[in-house]
Amino acid sequence: MRAVTWQGRHKISVETVPDPEIVNPRDAILQITSTAICGSDLHLYDGYIPGMRVGDIVGHEFMGEVVEVGSGSTLKKGQRVVVPFTISCGSCFFCEKQQFSACDNSNPSETRDASELLMGHAMGGAFGYAHLTGGYAGGQADYVRVPYSDVGPVIIPDDLPDDDVLFLSDILPTGWHAAVNADIEPGDTVAVWGCGPVGLFTIQSALLLGAGRVIAIDHFPARLRLAKQLGAEILDYKQVDVREALNEMTGGIGPDACIDCVGMESHGFTPDNILDQVKAQYYSVTERPHALRQAILACRKGGRVSIPGVYGGFADKFPLGQLMEKGLTVKSGQTPVQKYSGDLLKMIQDGKFDTTSLVSHHAPLEDAAEMYRHWHGEQNEYTKIILKPGLEKGAIEAKKEMAHV
Amino acid sequence: MRDFFSPSAGRGTPDPLALAAVGAGLAFAGIGYAFWRRMRNAETDRDDIATDAPHWTLDKPSARALFGKSVLVNRPRTDLFAAWKVERFPEFMENVVAVEPLGGGTARWTIKGPMGREVHLVNSITESIENETISWQSEPESEIANSGEVRFADAPAGRGTYVTLILAYDPPAGKLGRLGAKLLQREPEVQARRDLHRFKQLMETGEVTSNASPSARKSESPVEPHI
Ligand SMILES: NC(=O)c1ccc[n+]([C@@H]2O[C@H](COP(=O)([O-])OP(=O)(O)OC[C@H]3O[C@@H](n4cnc5c(N)ncnc54)[C@H](O)[C@@H]3O)[C@@H](O)[C@H]2O)c1
Ligand SMILES: [Zn+2]
Ligand SMILES: [Zn+2]
Repeated sequence: MRAVTWQGRHKISVETVPDPEIVNPRDAILQITSTAICGSDLHLYDGYIPGMRVGDIVGHEFMGEVVEVGSGSTLKKGQRVVVPFTISCGSCFFCEKQQFSACDNSNPSETRDASELLMGHAMGGAFGYAHLTGGYAGGQADYVRVPYSDVGPVIIPDDLPDDDVLFLSDILPTGWHAAVNADIEPGDTVAVWGCGPVGLFTIQSALLLGAGRVIAIDHFPARLRLAKQLGAEILDYKQVDVREALNEMTGGIGPDACIDCVGMESHGFTPDNILDQVKAQYYSVTERPHALRQAILACRKGGRVSIPGVYGGFADKFPLGQLMEKGLTVKSGQTPVQKYSGDLLKMIQDGKFDTTSLVSHHAPLEDAAEMYRHWHGEQNEYTKIILKPGLEKGAIEAKKEMAHV
Repeated sequence: MRDFFSPSAGRGTPDPLALAAVGAGLAFAGIGYAFWRRMRNAETDRDDIATDAPHWTLDKPSARALFGKSVLVNRPRTDLFAAWKVERFPEFMENVVAVEPLGGGTARWTIKGPMGREVHLVNSITESIENETISWQSEPESEIANSGEVRFADAPAGRGTYVTLILAYDPPAGKLGRLGAKLLQREPEVQARRDLHRFKQLMETGEVTSNASPSARKSESPVEPHI
């Protein structure tokens, strides 16, 4: 089959590799129909995630048709399913508590030692995301092997097109979980850093969960425009001092909850971020947490900080005293996708979410290398890319209103 | 660089983060070192108190004569005790080729050792307390002298069972054998830890977890696990 592979920093190539096979009774094999590129894939692309190996198949946002099942799978051939990016057994202590991303069985014994060494405990498994999370092949490919297929995959009714439901795999539940983690009280003011796909779903979720206002921060006009369309007030951090603006918009107290949808590769020419970039270049630290630092300083006393943005290791100049003195509550984590699948599918069917405005491009799987380059370098024009194994090479479809930007 | 010099960069409240970024680290390093010396000297004449730490966690790992590891398994103690039997060992013990019962609680084990060699152990159960513990000791003809114990204890709050494996052994052919085994990831400690996790996987999920899947690495197969 054809698959998108990681070949090193800023090197992605589409290769012919062996097809996946059923290995365990609970497995299923999918033929992929749609698979998206994520902001998390950007961290891999930039080489900031430890534990990648040359030749890894990437991609953790995918859906497709069931083509083969093991004896223990509850799926049937021909069903259309979306697969959570977190691989979860459904029966360990963590899965029983619905902390699916912390599953204690999905990271196999071959890879868990390194993960344990770095994190203190082995992380749960995930598709296409480094060997610290199990070293499973991802879904940016013609086919994928799905372990524990009786637990994760969400069966999709025929009348729902791929684009409506694909994001149940990651960014929709991630935005939802980010807002849930912000413990929003009715009428709260919530600030969201980053108007990428995760930020855009966080904005929608925060409003659905009762926020009175959402203030979204980024620097790409097209992304800020999408945030505005979804009901957020917007700030361009190139135009204002973000903390000053947030204080002035909240009578001086700051937002009740601050959500970091940026992660480890913060943009911006501030002194702390420049220093972080220099250090990250030489690999002495992995993080550039400028947005998170700003979120902690901006948050009101006794407020909540939610961190869906991905970080990989040790951070420098973390405002710990500020966190303590202001009495902030911090919640974070890889999303326990399976916890929310059912409810969110229902909410999509009820028209609660706009799942399609953010999609700027559909492209053939064969053009993945080019798409990664755009996703990395042209974030204003490329707001979400969906790869389709079915399309002929070169058949790239850009959304009309985006095409002229 | 344009942004850095634009008027907006200097506007607004002074940023404590910018100050922190300047970093006064070096000046503190010297003070820190002197402080550490003083603490260390003070520590040598303190009294030791008996604690509740499991005995296998005492001492530095390099100074220990045994290895111990616990895992939480989300199943009742009785199920796990029943499943911990010689016939099922090859299902979750990666390097166990065969376990052949010789009667009277003695069994002959064939395991994969370093350099593609097979190693034979002859172990006898010395004590078995239903649903609690199984202890064993090797016989003189065993190629590796070893003894050990597996314990099953209720975990609190209905979480299942703490399964603990304690292992004491003479490394094959001394330090060199241990080094060789380590390079091959077959060192008994590493192996025991992995096997314990496989036991947990099998008991909780009904299968041993595998990341077997395709990659563009020619040396790997899509049906074999990889690191
Ligand atoms: N927790 C999870 O399970 C989970 C799941 C998916 C993605 N993520 C993470 O969420 C983060 C966002 O993902 P995405 O797909 O939206 O990525 P993205 O790269 O498309 O979006 C990030 C956005 O942040 C903006 N940004 C950068 N620096 C900023 C700053 N200083 N202030 C304000 N905005 C800034 C960028 O302009 C960009 O629009 C990533 O770190 C990703 O890895 C986490
Ligand atoms: Zn993702
Ligand atoms: Zn689990």
